[in-house]
Amino acid sequence: MENPFGTNISSQDILESLNFFDDWEQRYSYIIELGRELPPMAEDKKTEKNIVRGCQSQVWLDYEIIDGKVHLQADSDAFIVKGLLGLILAAYNNKTLDQINEFDIDQYFLDLGLEKHLSPIRGNGLKAMVAKIKSFN
Amino acid sequence: MLSTLSKEKRSFNVEEIRKDFPILEQQVNGYPLVYLDNAATTQKPNAVIDAISRYYRTINANVHRGAHSLSDAATQEFEAARSTLANFVNSPAPEQIIWTRGTTEAINLIAHCWGRANLAKGDRILVSELEHHSNIVPWQLVCEEKGARVEPVRVNQNGEIDLEDFHRLLDERVRLVSINHVSNVLGSVNPVKTIIDSAHSVGALCVIDGAQAVSHFPVDVQVLNCDFYCFSAHKLFGPTGIGVLWGRKQLLESMPPYQGGGEMIEQVSFSGTTFNGLPYKFEAGTPDIAGAIGFKAAVDYLSVFDRAELEAHEYSLLQYCIELGRAFESIKRIGTSDTQVGVYSFLLDGCHPADVGTLLDQQGIAVRTGHHCAQPLMKVFSIPGTVRASFSIYNTHAEIDRLFAGLEKARKFLQ
Repeated sequence: MENPFGTNISSQDILESLNFFDDWEQRYSYIIELGRELPPMAEDKKTEKNIVRGCQSQVWLDYEIIDGKVHLQADSDAFIVKGLLGLILAAYNNKTLDQINEFDIDQYFLDLGLEKHLSPIRGNGLKAMVAKIKSFN
Repeated sequence: MLSTLSKEKRSFNVEEIRKDFPILEQQVNGYPLVYLDNAATTQKPNAVIDAISRYYRTINANVHRGAHSLSDAATQEFEAARSTLANFVNSPAPEQIIWTRGTTEAINLIAHCWGRANLAKGDRILVSELEHHSNIVPWQLVCEEKGARVEPVRVNQNGEIDLEDFHRLLDERVRLVSINHVSNVLGSVNPVKTIIDSAHSVGALCVIDGAQAVSHFPVDVQVLNCDFYCFSAHKLFGPTGIGVLWGRKQLLESMPPYQGGGEMIEQVSFSGTTFNGLPYKFEAGTPDIAGAIGFKAAVDYLSVFDRAELEAHEYSLLQYCIELGRAFESIKRIGTSDTQVGVYSFLLDGCHPADVGTLLDQQGIAVRTGHHCAQPLMKVFSIPGTVRASFSIYNTHAEIDRLFAGLEKARKFLQ
């Protein structure tokens, strides 16, 4: 269940990288690259229980809590959404529930200039996924 | 219709038409907007925007009940809108035009009023696999209540209704057939005339969901000989929040009312209430007066053109798109019926439609992606969704070039 997000790649790293680019093409290439670093989820984990439905793309989320830290695994059928999952996991993975709840994800997406992707109207399942992670206990 | 036919028609010029639609002038994400999401909603011409604004600025009042001049003026325009819409679909009488919130509410109204009064255990309703969810779910709800069944007519791999399957399913237990005139996902124009005649031959009623048809070609409910025809203003250059249920007069008269409230009653007392006649029986509460006036303005706008010229332009856009699509590596067109209007639905090999949509949006190109509220149809093709480019009278060939340039770029990102 190991992935580099939240350990080798922090939310701060992502903020610095994305803000370094000045055109959308570089930014989206970077997001798609991030998605490629997210290990694909095993097919048997893509269960009904783990699915977060969006009307345009789907997200699967699995988790374990070990020693008070949340270990997340996530996947999507869309590349850009997968990259965006990487952004979220950089902030949330391998953190305690308190750390997750303290983190201002909306401000983070605003700082990344990607706030439209976290909007519930986008239908990509990300907003629902964030709500699901925050409801872990 | 006669009065508009006798007037000189405005000749078609796409650049001139674009000037009528102020929203098209803007930049999106740093690029000039290319709006190819017309099957979701069309943009509004100044004529519509101004009519709504003028209504609120000059004659806003409640209709049918005020004893004052403003109310008279508002009522007059509101009812004139009904007459315009009646002419638009060649309804025998204006009271057969029932205002609804849109196509979805129109279908729900039929299911609620006709369905609950007429369906019995063992009855069947036929829809096709091509339908929008709004032409499936209202029937499922009423059928569940009455012990009836909704059955899908198969669609072939071209995206056409399988008429053999339709005839196989059609028998005297079928009480109603509800089919879209044009598919919202694929743009296929369905053989509704054949379907209506066949439905009638077993004594079934026929509902036509015309949401995607009315902006592309003229519709005549008397020629079609359907029992109900539903459509929305917002897909026809008019405002959101208003649409039309057209129905056969006898049927509408025999149906119980829809919602209770003001306007729909004749007399109210605690010993019993009597209902108003058509169309008010189905229009409880203060209606969308501004919407109706805006809707009229949209139909009036369209009526100054020769519809055949508009159709020819849209046909040429679709053919150009199909041609560029053929030359484009790794594109798969979904829906290849010979009779299509206004829609090019497709997939790029190895690219999720949502990603393609996001990357086109970054380039100022608006398309729709996903299952388009037609999950059963996605199942027919075994795909999660499509990218849908849909055209209207104000789109240009240069915009189709922009679409394919945008796709070329998206492909480089994703493949």
